[in-house]
Amino acid sequence: MPRTKVYEAVTERLEILDTEGRVDAALMPEIDPSRTRDLYRDMVLMRTFDTKALKLQRQGRMGTWPPIKGQEAIQAGVALAMGDNDWLIPAFREHGIMVLRGVPLHLVFAYWAGDERGSSYPEEVRCFPVAVPVGSQWQHGTGVGLSLKLRDEDAVAVTFGGDGSTSEGDFHEAVNCAGVFGTKTVFVIQNNQWAISVPLHRQTAAETLAQKAHAYGIPGIQVDGNDVFAVYAAATEAIERTRRGEGPSLIEAVTYRLGDHTTADDASRYRSEEELEEWEGRDPILRLRRYLVEQGLWDDDQETVLLEEAASWVDGQVKALEEMEPQAPEEIFTSMYAALPPHVVEQMQSLLEEVRS
Amino acid sequence: MSGQNAEGRALHAVPEVATEKLTIAQAVRDAMLEEMDGNDRVIVLGEDVGVDGGVFRATEGLIERYGPERVIDTPVAESAIVGMSVGLAATGFRPIAEIQFMGFVYPAINQLFGHAARMRNRTRGRLSCPMVVRMPYGGGIHPPEHHSESYEALFLNTPGFKVVVPSNPYDAKGLLVSAIRDDDPVLFMEPKRIYRAFRDAVPAESYTVPLGKADIAREGTDVTLIAWGAMVRVCLDASEVLARNEISAEVVDLRTLNPLDRETMIESVVKTGRAVVVHEAVRTGGFGAEIAAQISEHALLQLEAPIQRVTGFDVVFPLAQNEKHYLPSRQRVVKAVEKVLAF
Ligand SMILES: Cc1ncc(C[n+]2csc(CCOP(=O)(O)OP(=O)(O)O)c2C)c(N)n1
Ligand SMILES: [Mg+2]
Repeated sequence: MPRTKVYEAVTERLEILDTEGRVDAALMPEIDPSRTRDLYRDMVLMRTFDTKALKLQRQGRMGTWPPIKGQEAIQAGVALAMGDNDWLIPAFREHGIMVLRGVPLHLVFAYWAGDERGSSYPEEVRCFPVAVPVGSQWQHGTGVGLSLKLRDEDAVAVTFGGDGSTSEGDFHEAVNCAGVFGTKTVFVIQNNQWAISVPLHRQTAAETLAQKAHAYGIPGIQVDGNDVFAVYAAATEAIERTRRGEGPSLIEAVTYRLGDHTTADDASRYRSEEELEEWEGRDPILRLRRYLVEQGLWDDDQETVLLEEAASWVDGQVKALEEMEPQAPEEIFTSMYAALPPHVVEQMQSLLEEVRS
Repeated sequence: MSGQNAEGRALHAVPEVATEKLTIAQAVRDAMLEEMDGNDRVIVLGEDVGVDGGVFRATEGLIERYGPERVIDTPVAESAIVGMSVGLAATGFRPIAEIQFMGFVYPAINQLFGHAARMRNRTRGRLSCPMVVRMPYGGGIHPPEHHSESYEALFLNTPGFKVVVPSNPYDAKGLLVSAIRDDDPVLFMEPKRIYRAFRDAVPAESYTVPLGKADIAREGTDVTLIAWGAMVRVCLDASEVLARNEISAEVVDLRTLNPLDRETMIESVVKTGRAVVVHEAVRTGGFGAEIAAQISEHALLQLEAPIQRVTGFDVVFPLAQNEKHYLPSRQRVVKAVEKVLAF
């Protein structure tokens, strides 16, 4: 009886843009300069509205907010790789890509300010609502990918989640089923290295999250998640593969959560100032700006204009948020069912009587 | 009206020992600390319970004292937290598992309902699950989605669990100590809304509040208000309002829902002839229905009016802005009392 090797796998990591803004020309994907500038604008816009949301929260105009600071390159890079008809299935730290996919920012704000209408996106926006139960959304990504395959639609499902979410059973079931059914799904892990206070090495004994793809028989790759070109290149490859009908794949984008877990958290309780500073030095936005400046594609004047435009656009969204009529009390009932059962109607009437009296 | 302190809640028979003024969150921590001191088989596990000390600080300082082998920061995996606890409990440990918010218990339901609740019965008593599953529950803190749920009815509809819901710091400590020492799985629901709302004198040493013993949180003669957890405070508030109108409400704080202290509850209802049950979980299939059924079974002829329920509505718990419309309020309790009195 022989003892033979039946399986061996290699997990690759892709890096293209370094912290100084230099690129590896051999690996650099084709993106025309105006697109690259757009990527930069997208990332600055994300940073601007994220900062604004934190400010609104401090002023009591926003609920608990999970910041995306530091994770902009992943969201901008994947968004650029997606096609118009593709679906996005986010977790809860994907406001950046949600907005790029067409979710109005004032609705994102409304959701986190505690208004259900914030999850009622315009009809044409192919985006699931935020999924707070960690890991649950991965399964929907598989389901949407299966739906697109069965209906033979020219679209793919791109689903996001955090490093911590890969510890939930849902993640493993979802990736496994995607492999079994060959769904049109791309799994993107935003590995920001922390799940609230728990660091990645307490989340898994595996060296990478990308390698988990191998266990379910689908391709997986790790990318530098603060390198927008690497993210874009890997996402394009994965999305094109599944678009061609060659099945699902997984991307682990390694980044860092530069902010607290949410505005209810204080990260200084569990992680060091040095670690934070080290990652601030790898800021994805700074890195792309260095590249653009180096290439002669960007200058200080453009920067000033961009910052002004971004701020005023975000202010407009805050205004739209604050101009929303308050929800009527009965709205806690009206979307529960297509047709309300009689006992629920009774309860609704009792509430209305109460608020009118 | 008697037996009330300045904060409007009942005075407990606090023994003559050194006491500290603690919040519910601190009292919970105190209970774990003392039981861990006394028994090295007591361990704590859950998300962020170690280095961070728990998102509500209920496990603060435990890891420093007992180390990462007894205070375990787990991966984000509720099924693992409970499933491992089953394995640990069946082989000699007394795990205290924390589910960060009750709204996130679903991934663990298979382990809780399919195993923890059944182990003793399945093995005819050879194996058991002496474990506590702590969960902050309930609304009132304007959090994001899935952070406000009250799912006690699910657990009361699953034989095998004891279900405990303290309403104040003194009970929180004494009940948790009892829960940890109990030989069966105990669901320990912590009213997060009043985690830090007020302080009580809590004995510094270990003591128990027995499971299955309700507390008369306020004595009265006209109507019995039956509640648990955060709703006890709402009932006490309502009683103050009622007292101004010469209505004397008795507040029964059930403290544990299984085992249920039917005797105390029925005695009170027999005395007052009127009952209002208050809970923040949804109405249909809520534990209030069971209480109403038991009162009907045991005191129907002593009732002067139909039993009233003040509960959450049969809807998804609303996001922060509409939370106020959902939660039972002092006014709703007062109205229900007026209704039973006017019958
Ligand atoms: C099922 C479930 N358990 C626990 C929580 C509480 N919680 C919210 S976020 C989080 C950590 C998630 O970490 P990760 O997946 O890495 O995402 P990140 O927050 O870093 O973006 C936890 C434990 C939750 N929302 N859902
Ligand atoms: Mg993370």
